[in-house]
Amino acid sequence: MDETSAGAMSAAAATPAHHGVAERFGGTRQPPFRGQERVDIPADRVGEAFCFLRDDGYDLLVDVTCVDYLEYRGAKHRYGLVYLLAATADNRRLTVRVFLDDPAPTVASAAPVWPAANWLEREVWDMFGIRFEGHPDLRRLLLPEVFTAHPLRKDYPLQGRGERHNFPILTRDDG
Amino acid sequence: MSIAEPRAAAATKRSEEYLWTLNFGPQHPATHTTLRLVLQLEGERVVDAMPEMGYLHSGFEKIGEHLTFNQYVTVTDRMNYISPMANNVAWHHAVETLLGIQLTPRCKVIRTIIAELARISDHLLCNGAVGLDTGAFTFFLYGFYQREVIYDIFETLCGARFTNSYTRVGGVSHDFTALVIEKIRSFLRTFPKTLDDMERLLTRNRIFVDRTKGVGVLSREEAIARGATGPVARASGVTRDLRKDEPYLAYADYDFRVCCAAAGDCYARYLVRMQEMRESLRIVEQALENLPAGPVNVGIDQRTALPAKTQVYSTIEGTISHFELAMSNRGFEVPCAESYAAIEAPNGELGFYVVGDGSDRAYRARCRPPSVLHFALFPYLIRGHTLSDVVAVLGSLNIIAAELDR
Repeated sequence: MDETSAGAMSAAAATPAHHGVAERFGGTRQPPFRGQERVDIPADRVGEAFCFLRDDGYDLLVDVTCVDYLEYRGAKHRYGLVYLLAATADNRRLTVRVFLDDPAPTVASAAPVWPAANWLEREVWDMFGIRFEGHPDLRRLLLPEVFTAHPLRKDYPLQGRGERHNFPILTRDDG
Repeated sequence: MSIAEPRAAAATKRSEEYLWTLNFGPQHPATHTTLRLVLQLEGERVVDAMPEMGYLHSGFEKIGEHLTFNQYVTVTDRMNYISPMANNVAWHHAVETLLGIQLTPRCKVIRTIIAELARISDHLLCNGAVGLDTGAFTFFLYGFYQREVIYDIFETLCGARFTNSYTRVGGVSHDFTALVIEKIRSFLRTFPKTLDDMERLLTRNRIFVDRTKGVGVLSREEAIARGATGPVARASGVTRDLRKDEPYLAYADYDFRVCCAAAGDCYARYLVRMQEMRESLRIVEQALENLPAGPVNVGIDQRTALPAKTQVYSTIEGTISHFELAMSNRGFEVPCAESYAAIEAPNGELGFYVVGDGSDRAYRARCRPPSVLHFALFPYLIRGHTLSDVVAVLGSLNIIAAELDR
C-alpha cells in the first residue's frame, strides 16, 4: 500500500475515470461534485455499460441504491438508480446513475456482472419496486412477501398504511 | 485442507430428498442478533443455506428523510450498535461532504481517536464472540472487560456509554477534557498487555485453530466480486483500506500498517482483527500525543455548529448565529446535490449516500451497510462444511442484524 495515495481523489479527477463510457453508451457526463465523478447512462444500455465498466477495472460494486425524485425540485424523472463503483487496483471511484419512470420501472440487473448486486438489487426492489431483469432471485430482502407496498417511495407515508396493525395474528392453536 | 470436494458433492446431491432442513434462528444464542438461516443438511454436512433477514427492520432510511442532519445521528447509533461512534463519524462525514464543510484540525483528530477506539471495541467483541462460539469463554471475558474500559472513556467524554450520538455537523458535542485524555492514556498503557494475554489464550490454541483454519475460505477474486470490504476482504488478500486509499479525517498524518492475510478463512479473519487492534492503538497514541489546540467546532462563519456559550453571551455574531441555527425556519444551507462518502468502519466500508434538497433534512439518506454484503457471502462460505462450522463462519463475518436490517 503506497503512502502517496493522499491525492487519490485529485488524481482520479485529473484522469477521466469514466473512459468515455458516457459517450459510448449515449449517456451524459455530469460535472464532478466534491471530486466525485458521475455519469448518467440511459436505462436500455445499462447491461453493455456495466460489462464495459467492469472490463475497465471497476471490479468492486460498492452499492446499488435508488432515489425517488417525486417531490424533488426540477427533477425530470421519477426514480434515479445509483450504482457506486470502485476500482480496487488504482482507487478510482465512479457513480453511475440510471433514470427510470413509472408505470413499470425496469432495468437490466447488474448481478451477472457483479455478484454483489444480488442482495443490493433485492433491497431496491423491496423498497422502491424497481424490477431487475435477469436477476437470479428477485425476492423482497427485508419485508415479508405478503407486503405489497414499497415503503421508501416518497408517496408512502412515514407511519405506514396500517399494515402493521392488520397482520394476521397466529396463535398456538392455529399452528 | 481442501473443501472443493464436499462442495462438488453437495451440488450433485441437492435434488435428493433425504436432506433435512434445520431452522437456525431467528432466536438462537449463536446468531447473537436476530437473523435466520434455513440450512439444508445431509447428516452433519451443510448442503445449502438460505439466509433470511428483516426481523429488525425499522425503516431507518425512511426516518432519515424526516430528521434533521443533527437529529439523525441518534438513529445511526442504533445501526451497528457494537461500535456506534464509528457510525456517528460516518454519518457526519457524509453530511459534511455534501455541505462542503472543512473541519477544524482538532475535530479531525478527535474523531480519528474515537473512530479507532470504536474499532478496537468492535474487534474485541467480534473476536470474543468467535472464541465464545467455538468454546473459548475466558477469551470472550478478557475482551468484554476491555470494552467496558472503552465505554468508560466514552461516558467520560459525552455522558453516554452505548448510544453516544457524539458528532455534530461541523464538530462534536463535547471537547476532550484532561480527564478523557488521561483515561485514554491509561487504556493505551494497559490494553497491550490484555491483547498479549488474549493472543496467548487463543491464537495457538489447538481447538480454536482446528475449528477455524480452512473453514469458510473466501478467495481474493470472490471477495471483490461479492463486495466484501474491511477485515473480511483484507483477510482474503484485498489490500484495500480507505484509511490509506482515500485518507479522510487525520489518517494521512499517522504511521500505521494495513493488516492483510492471504488465507481467507475464519482464522485469517481472526488474525487480521487482532492485528488491526494493535495498529489502532498506534494511531490513537500518535493522535493523542499530537492533539492540536484550538476550537473543536467550525467557526460561526460556516453557520453549522452552535457557537460556544462565551461567544453567544459576549458577541453579537455569536448570538445571531445561535438564534439562526436554533430557529426551525433557518438552519443551515444545503446544496441541491447528492454525494457519497464512506469511512473504513470496523466492519468494512460504511458509507452514506446523501441527497440534499436545500432543507436541513436529507432528501434521501442511504446507508451502505457492510453487513448486508457479508451476510450475502454466507451461503457461499458455508456450503460443504459441517453444522458446527456455521457459528464459526457467522461469527467471523461479524454480522450485526441491526445494521443488516436498519
